[in-house]
Amino acid sequence: MMRRTAPTTLVFLLLPIVSLLAQDPVPPVEQGVRIGITYTPGLRPGLMVLGGPRADVMDSIRAILRRDLDHSDRFEMITLPTGDSIVLGISSGSADGVMRADGDLFVNYSLHAALGAEYAVAVLPTSDPLETVVAVYDVRGETERRRFSIIGTQPGDERLRMSVHRAADEIVRVVTGEPGFAASRILFISNGRLFRVDADGARREMVSGPGITTFSPAWDPTGTTAVYTELYDGWGRIVVHDVAAGTRRVVPATEQLLNYTAAVAPDGATVAFSRSSEEGTDIYRYNLARDCCLERLTVGRFSDNLSPTFSPDGRQIAFVTTRVGGQQIYVMSADGTGQELFAPFDYGVTGNSNAPEWSPDGLQVAFHRDVMGSPQIFLMDVRSRVVRQLTSYGRNEDPTWAADARHLAFISSRTGRRQVWIIDVESGRVRQLTTVGDARLPAWSPRIQEPMQP
Amino acid sequence: MKLKFFLIGGMAVMMVAAACGGGQPEEVAPAVDSAAIRDSLARLEAQRRAYEDSVRRAREEEDRLRREREEAERRALAMAAEVRNMVATRIHFDFDKSEIRPGTDTDVLQSKLDIMQANPALRIEIVGHCDERGSDEYNMALGMRRATAAKMWLVDRGIAEGRVTVRSMGEESPIAMGSNEEAWTQNRRDEFNVTAGGDRLTKPGM
Repeated sequence: MMRRTAPTTLVFLLLPIVSLLAQDPVPPVEQGVRIGITYTPGLRPGLMVLGGPRADVMDSIRAILRRDLDHSDRFEMITLPTGDSIVLGISSGSADGVMRADGDLFVNYSLHAALGAEYAVAVLPTSDPLETVVAVYDVRGETERRRFSIIGTQPGDERLRMSVHRAADEIVRVVTGEPGFAASRILFISNGRLFRVDADGARREMVSGPGITTFSPAWDPTGTTAVYTELYDGWGRIVVHDVAAGTRRVVPATEQLLNYTAAVAPDGATVAFSRSSEEGTDIYRYNLARDCCLERLTVGRFSDNLSPTFSPDGRQIAFVTTRVGGQQIYVMSADGTGQELFAPFDYGVTGNSNAPEWSPDGLQVAFHRDVMGSPQIFLMDVRSRVVRQLTSYGRNEDPTWAADARHLAFISSRTGRRQVWIIDVESGRVRQLTTVGDARLPAWSPRIQEPMQP
Repeated sequence: MKLKFFLIGGMAVMMVAAACGGGQPEEVAPAVDSAAIRDSLARLEAQRRAYEDSVRRAREEEDRLRREREEAERRALAMAAEVRNMVATRIHFDFDKSEIRPGTDTDVLQSKLDIMQANPALRIEIVGHCDERGSDEYNMALGMRRATAAKMWLVDRGIAEGRVTVRSMGEESPIAMGSNEEAWTQNRRDEFNVTAGGDRLTKPGM
């Protein structure tokens, strides 16, 4: 279907430009050497988001895709300079892709391969003005791999954005076998109010009602319902708030005393939370599905037990306890039996450890631990129970997993105010997500499957 | 005729005389009683004055009593406010600790104990707070322990448990802004609020 193009002379014409694109220092290109210089085999595959027909909505989709795919940290993103030289060099009216009469893109595989791309992504119009298509091409195989349909014409439309994010996640799946996390949102608390923001930092919106002080948010497994504490009249009650539908209900067992750090089980049926009273702080669980059956899982007496997090199979709960003096990470069965130390520590030496969150693949638990008076993000490998430190500069706390079990959002004060940052635990690459006001207690949603209401 | 004229003339004179001093004889007779009337009027006047005096005195007494009542009320309110201020005096904690520190803080709690013993209707709530350094979620639990520690100090010394409620605000409600030891020291605290029986408060020993 696609014809091989890009005569070698054209490739050599591009040599000096391409060498400028290299991200790492490279030796001068010699005659006859291949130009696949930005891609290192065995590491991340090179990916290009192609230009193409211009329109507001398609430009917007390209920008969202490019950012999502970059933030997935799975690709070496290959970008072309915006100057005219390459355009003139190709002399086809488009930098890297040419529309054919039948609406398909004329993909210049050899050129993209020469630029180091293993995959190329194009945004194309369809005969339906409301529909746009995202196509992903295997450059080496010179084939189109998948197409995804994007519905919507308004670049700022929430449904359009989410469907582009889902397409980006599927492109990640095409390449790596596992989807990305772009179609997700992060809850956080700012000045006592609950906010949500898309995983790319767009669409920051207040979720809680005005005048209500909120605390310790979490998501249910659908990613559409926020579960959090409302502080009122000295009590803290747990609210289940379907953000899309705009409905909310109070968990009946939490109408008195101080109930917080809710965590919904992976099957959505039960919610675990901590309750503070004169008797101390203990973990309880309540059956949301049957709307009954409050159970107490820990009996603290002289210690506190809080911040439960379910393993993805729902069988275990990791939590914080002070039964050993300071705060440390323990684990128990979801029914409260078999409580034991989880993250190893040296008594009197290892700092307080808090805010555990089990990764969606079940392999790791993220938490923060005091190091020289400042919390830092740590990971524990569940199988070996080996702990490693991820951050070291400023306060870094309250980690929360992305759906890909590879990225963490956390709160950092490294630039002054507490903001949401994101780290790729594989590469260590860090970026700042929020910039306005302050932010605390983030909670990252699973992938959002259903289209959101506008 | 002459006699007739005389008589007529005489009658005329009498009539004139009568006309001139006509009321005189009648007035003379009451004039005799006027002293008594004056006396009686004076008595009435005295009675009236006495009555007015008594009314005035009663009013003055009433005013005095009212002023005294108001003064007493003002003093009671002032005392209640003073006692409430004593009740509201905060205690503070070491970092990540919920133990009551002997010294100033036990003195502060002792004065609250005395007040609660002197005012059986008084009920209070204790709110535990933390500084910003600990973990946000853990601080909720720590604040609850701080509030409970103060409550138990009072209960151990005879205050009925039902008169003291506790809650925690964690680090959500700082009174001192800033990320320094001075702010942290102020923010690690228990606050004490009157929840009932705070209108009339007696100072201990009064």
